[in-house]
Amino acid sequence: MQHGEVHITSYRAHGVILVLLLFLTAITITITWVDAGSFSVGVAMLVACVKATLVLFYFMHLKFDALVFKVFAGMVFFLLAVVFVVTFFDYLFR
Amino acid sequence: MTSNNSALHPGSYLDQQGKYKGILGWLTSTDHKRIGILYLMCILVFFLVGVTLGGVMKLELLRPGEQYIDAQTYNGFFTVHGIIMIFMVVIPGLAAVFGNFFLPIMIGAKDVAFPRLNLFSWYIYIVGAAIAVLSQFGGKGAPDTGWTFYAPYSIDSNTNVTTAVLAAFVLGFSSILTGLNFIVTIHRMRAKGMTWFKMPLFPWSLYATAWIQVLATPIVGITLLMVIAERTFRIGFFDPSLGGDPILYQHLFWIYSHPAVYIMILPAMGVITEIIPTFCQRKVFGYQAIVLSSLAIAGVGYLVWGHHMFTSGMSDFSRMAFSFLTFIVAIPSAIKVFNWIATMYKGSIKINTTFLYSISFIFQFMIGGLTGLTLGALATNVHVHDTYYVVAHFHYIVFGGMGFAFFAAIHYWFPKMFGRMYNEKLGKIGWAIVFSGFTLLYFPMFILGLQGMPRRYFDYLPEYSGGHFISSIGAFVLITGIIIMVYNLFRSAKKGELAPANPWDGRTLEWTIPSPPPLENFDNEVVVTEHPYDYK
Repeated sequence: MQHGEVHITSYRAHGVILVLLLFLTAITITITWVDAGSFSVGVAMLVACVKATLVLFYFMHLKFDALVFKVFAGMVFFLLAVVFVVTFFDYLFR
Repeated sequence: MTSNNSALHPGSYLDQQGKYKGILGWLTSTDHKRIGILYLMCILVFFLVGVTLGGVMKLELLRPGEQYIDAQTYNGFFTVHGIIMIFMVVIPGLAAVFGNFFLPIMIGAKDVAFPRLNLFSWYIYIVGAAIAVLSQFGGKGAPDTGWTFYAPYSIDSNTNVTTAVLAAFVLGFSSILTGLNFIVTIHRMRAKGMTWFKMPLFPWSLYATAWIQVLATPIVGITLLMVIAERTFRIGFFDPSLGGDPILYQHLFWIYSHPAVYIMILPAMGVITEIIPTFCQRKVFGYQAIVLSSLAIAGVGYLVWGHHMFTSGMSDFSRMAFSFLTFIVAIPSAIKVFNWIATMYKGSIKINTTFLYSISFIFQFMIGGLTGLTLGALATNVHVHDTYYVVAHFHYIVFGGMGFAFFAAIHYWFPKMFGRMYNEKLGKIGWAIVFSGFTLLYFPMFILGLQGMPRRYFDYLPEYSGGHFISSIGAFVLITGIIIMVYNLFRSAKKGELAPANPWDGRTLEWTIPSPPPLENFDNEVVVTEHPYDYK
């Protein structure tokens, strides 16, 4: 967000995001009942990533921030993804 | 620490008092310089405690067989020595002390971006340290897992592991907040005209370090909470008998704890990069290469954690990948060494105590780094894993590297911090004894390790007697040198000659203000027009 600017997100937008987050939580719970083998973890992680992105963009206002902040936040998630991939390579090849 | 200030120039940060006076004035001050001094004093105390524990261990190892302490006490001693030295001395060390004191000054700012958060970080550090100290007493005895808290033993040990783990968890928050503060300070508070590539190299190293602190520390925090949850609620994360995976613990622990080595060493490299141009009166060789190598070490260093786990049962593919990445990280480290040496080439070198500690750093860091390659190679790692070779390598990097850089930094910036000069002759005597003691203490450990002496054993076979005897003698020599150094610095802080603003003819901003600095560092707004190392 540029210094001095104020962005007010409407109640409606917040409400939509809340419903989306609840829906995604329901998917996370549902996936635990389905025996999808090693894909269960992958789907749960994917859903968690989408939820985190929604929170970051709307509730933490990253949507309105300058590109540099988006890039920095993106780099953190990229690093986290790399750490996950490198760790899981061990399990994949063990 | 404020005694006999009347001879110093008026208005220094040592004299300025806020609402409270005396010790309360120090404990409530949000001045970055005072917070740096608070960290310095605490770290010095914990360092001396860690040294004492190490000294007792070396006394026990002077001869084979039980001498003064039993095996379980020895286990507690090496664990406590590790926890104190790693989490309370070397990780906060340079960044918390010299970063707090000098980062704002070197970038032309009046303070860090969040001064209250900065003081809060120190209080968190104190709370964490208090919990760590508590873990040593009461309950069922000092933790005996080693500072790595490896599962499943850390899950099963009935000593005070939970308290020690909680201490490390709390200390992590202090580290994260300090890192966050430094990142924002560097982004937002640089003086007018100080572009990224006009910023001195110590702040650059702190910047790279701060990112590691912010990104890596939460991982160990969560991991340590998982250990507590497993110990308390028997949730099977790591213990195979509960369905957990002990290798997962090692992954999670080293994802933080290997980058933690770079949290220690990057600011150390930054310090040395400040000192060498000053005492050679030469522009630093390859400024941009040093900046980029710091960032590369921080980046690649994040992905080499698996080299601690070559014999743990990790997959072959992962072992090869981690070995390859470990060799890659040697490149930016070597770039720095070449840059330091090239800076010295044809310089007007002034050899004083600070410079002697600095070149000792390079010498010892090279030995530590090159022996790290032996450990990074899969075949040789199998032979020397968990032997004294690892102990020697680790101490050459952490003590010979970070420790000596800390000693170099305290001598380099001593006149600026306390407004007085240290005694040069005593300083050189202290250095000679510290350096000799260090070499006698740790070098024989390489040979002991190659001979097969395992680490963390309180007893040993007769064939290892010679190496252990020399190493123990070295420990006592080293302790003597440290006592001389500490005495010299404390005495000089009270009775040393008054220091001019720029005793070493340095070029960075801290040398443009009085010694010791005034409360808000600069009287006027700072405008930077020149490169930080423009020596004529």
